[in-house]
Amino acid sequence: MKIVDDSPPVLTALDRPNSYIGRSVPRPNLQRLTQGRGQYISDVTLPRMAHVAFVRSPHAHARIVSISAEAANKAPGVIAVVTGAELAKVMTPWVGVLTHLKGLKSAPQAPIAVERACWQGEAVCAVVARTRAEAEDGCELVEVNYQPLPAVVDPETALDPKTPVIHPSIADNLCFERKLEVGAVDQAFAESDAVVETTFMFGRHTGVTNEPRAVVADWNQGEQRMTVYHGTQAPHMMQDLFAKHLGLAHHQVRVLTKDVGGSFGIKVHTYADEMATVALSKLLKRPVKFVADRLESFVTDIHARDHRIKAKIGVKKDGTITAFEIDDLTGIGPYSVYPRTSGIEANQVVNLTGGPYKCPNYRAQARVVFTNKNVMCQYRAVGHPIAVAVTEGLVEQAAAKIGMDPLELRRRNLIADDAYPTQSASGLKFELLSHHEALAHLDAMMNYAGLRAEQSRLREKGIYRGIGFASFIEVTNPSAAFYGVGGARITSQDGATVKLDAQGNISIASGVTEQGQGAEAVMAQCVASAFGVPLDKVRVITGDTDNTPYGGGTWASRAAGIGGEAAWQAGKALRQNVLAVAGAMLQAKPEDLDIRNSVVVDSATGNERLPLEELARVAYFRPDTLPAGIQAELMVTRHYVPRAWPFAFTNGIQASYLEVDTDTGFVKLLKHWCVEDCGTIINPQLVDEQIRGGVVQGIGAALFEHCLYDERGQLRNGTMADYLVPMAVEMPDIECGHVVSPTADSELGAKGAGEAGTAGAPACVMNAINDALRPLGAATLTDMPFTPDKILRALGKV
Amino acid sequence: MSDRSLDISLTVNGERVSERVDARKTLVDFLRDDLLLTGSHVGCEHGVCGACTVRVNGEVVRGCLMLAVQCDGATVETIEGLSDSGEVADLQKAFEERNALQCGYCTPGMLATAQELLKGAQDKKQVPSRDEIREHISGNYCRCTGYHAIVDAVEAVAKARAGGKA
Repeated sequence: MKIVDDSPPVLTALDRPNSYIGRSVPRPNLQRLTQGRGQYISDVTLPRMAHVAFVRSPHAHARIVSISAEAANKAPGVIAVVTGAELAKVMTPWVGVLTHLKGLKSAPQAPIAVERACWQGEAVCAVVARTRAEAEDGCELVEVNYQPLPAVVDPETALDPKTPVIHPSIADNLCFERKLEVGAVDQAFAESDAVVETTFMFGRHTGVTNEPRAVVADWNQGEQRMTVYHGTQAPHMMQDLFAKHLGLAHHQVRVLTKDVGGSFGIKVHTYADEMATVALSKLLKRPVKFVADRLESFVTDIHARDHRIKAKIGVKKDGTITAFEIDDLTGIGPYSVYPRTSGIEANQVVNLTGGPYKCPNYRAQARVVFTNKNVMCQYRAVGHPIAVAVTEGLVEQAAAKIGMDPLELRRRNLIADDAYPTQSASGLKFELLSHHEALAHLDAMMNYAGLRAEQSRLREKGIYRGIGFASFIEVTNPSAAFYGVGGARITSQDGATVKLDAQGNISIASGVTEQGQGAEAVMAQCVASAFGVPLDKVRVITGDTDNTPYGGGTWASRAAGIGGEAAWQAGKALRQNVLAVAGAMLQAKPEDLDIRNSVVVDSATGNERLPLEELARVAYFRPDTLPAGIQAELMVTRHYVPRAWPFAFTNGIQASYLEVDTDTGFVKLLKHWCVEDCGTIINPQLVDEQIRGGVVQGIGAALFEHCLYDERGQLRNGTMADYLVPMAVEMPDIECGHVVSPTADSELGAKGAGEAGTAGAPACVMNAINDALRPLGAATLTDMPFTPDKILRALGKV
Repeated sequence: MSDRSLDISLTVNGERVSERVDARKTLVDFLRDDLLLTGSHVGCEHGVCGACTVRVNGEVVRGCLMLAVQCDGATVETIEGLSDSGEVADLQKAFEERNALQCGYCTPGMLATAQELLKGAQDKKQVPSRDEIREHISGNYCRCTGYHAIVDAVEAVAKARAGGKA
């Protein structure tokens, strides 16, 4: 078995006995998943549970004139047919705005459309029945009389005076706009030896989680309590929202996540159909289950990345980058998604473009407009793939224009490794990054010179291979600066409760959630290391608002860096408490004692003094034998939130090596490399697998994935037979390397790693394709995804 | 709905099962909803993603492309049965050690598909190449891992089984 682990040894200060920090230990929860004994929300069945299916608008924009439920109500198994107007009496509407995105506006959105449907797929009526099949049969009998309205489908014309305004309550179709100008941009371009100006297009795509969105809501009329089994990344956020819009107190709402079949940012938003399911449970006083089918997923799971960016870079002959300029236009559907808003991706594009480089001149404009397509919002690596593709696409085109090697141009412009702390032109604050060390590591790892030699040898034989790079930065460990300051009730802090049980085992309850990335393993490693027990003595509980500390969940690469630090601190605090009791029992000073392998020992000699099991037995069953005044506190909670920096930025560089078939336009990916710096590496294998999975998600965006809409706002490819995703045979092996620059904001020093792969891969693949085709005089490709027909067009063959 | 349902008898994971099912019900819905064998998952409902992969009469099939009534008299094996029999124990262990799963939703189907390749290779006394492994599991969608770790795990088991036989 090949387990890549090239991370250098770190963390001498943390290197105690039972130190699992920096080790590729297996995740504690995998066996139930390999044996098919997980419990996903789509598996949950409750007594008296009913199923809901939704009648969805076939029009991109239409007035709902009337709904006739008579036939559906008589159908076998149907329990209730509920319209938007009826459900509006149970649940209040919401508006997806944040105050720190100045001027961002949106319209109220209801769980089921009332009077007007604003995109194809918006739910207009619910049918609740004994089974999903009967609910779907019922949907077919609901007669909805629609009056089609003009649909706004093209972001380019959404702001034209003659384009209809989607929401009469808002003056225009502009959701959000941001402008930024730093330095002397016009002067910098004027003084450049070469300027590259181009337009990048990013195809709208979506997360395609293997398990669709799923929710089971159970209103208990006797308890006056709502239990929601919900495949979500943020249970406490959802608890707050369910409570708010049903008029309940937090303690009346419990959210349980169970196993989640993939998230990637798809499952961190408020979905109208999920809110409707919860409201229906309250209305009908029984459990109601909703699992999106695949077509529903394609037309209602958030989409992302539908951006058109006009971009410009200036360079001197010596490779110095003089200025960046971008103009971003993105169409986000009819509503800004609640509660994170749909302005964040464009805002990130403005923040991140040019980020790795020491270029002081930057002008950016971003406009976010409403359209009658499915909503867009935050999906893995929010904004990063776009900003990185624009920046790195410009950098490689500039390098080609002045005849400089693309790695050399980066060497001359990347922020120096000794320049920190520093900040980007857009104002992002960097604590400590390692662009140059990462680049040098990548250069050696991929044998760049050897590959260039191979590339030119093969070109003589008519084989066209390309090498492309992407340097990047990644936002991780977000503080309250991300959402909290804008008024969103989304917590940036997180907590861990650690308990010693009566046998001397440890249980951890963490506010972060597990979607497969390995958060539970990381929590176990942190606590076992800080406290001093083997990993098999540790059990981790996540995803239950009744039983975990208040936390943000898992998004923006925060689980290890924030949740892990809370777990580390909780483990240390419990250790102190246990040693206080041990000191009393052993008549020793607590500071002379240590816990190693579940035994209290003399720290100087390592001599075993007291097994934890015995300490726990005395503390729980014979506390009468402890000295007076000694109260054992064998359960502690600690919280952590980053305070010194708004975000813990990470950095890295990727490379792609591929071959283009110039007759068919097909791209064969040969190899992919990523060197990444996420600070302290708690579990090297889990970090590498986050990188690899992220890279492949980014490759999907570059080559395959595209939600295709026609001019009437109809999604044309809403099945997995029509919407292509990366499958094993097209994907390359991916080699990972690391540089370690810990953040000083926490003791662990860990930053996030969940989005680096997705951030850089599309840019890399784009640059490699253009590198392959450049000697053939092909037009530069900047319109993702790079399908065979686009490649053949660039070659002038079709 | 009685005119639309049929009685079927089959063997599932070694147990005899007799049920009345809707004629329109797919095999995977029958396994999940009627027998509560939730280890088989529903992903695309279209035969593309492979999350519902099970074995019927020894052949790997898509549980969403076969109707339950087509399985009258058949022998069906799901991940629960494959686990309990120990047939894929080495493969499961390799997936766990190599972290060849993240969310785990694709894993039952991925294991069944990989086992099909490995059994065939064993019969021919061959060790499949990485490209052959990639080709064989290309009907099974995994959004989390990027496939590299899965290929590693399957390759390791292929080599171990070949070594064990020699």
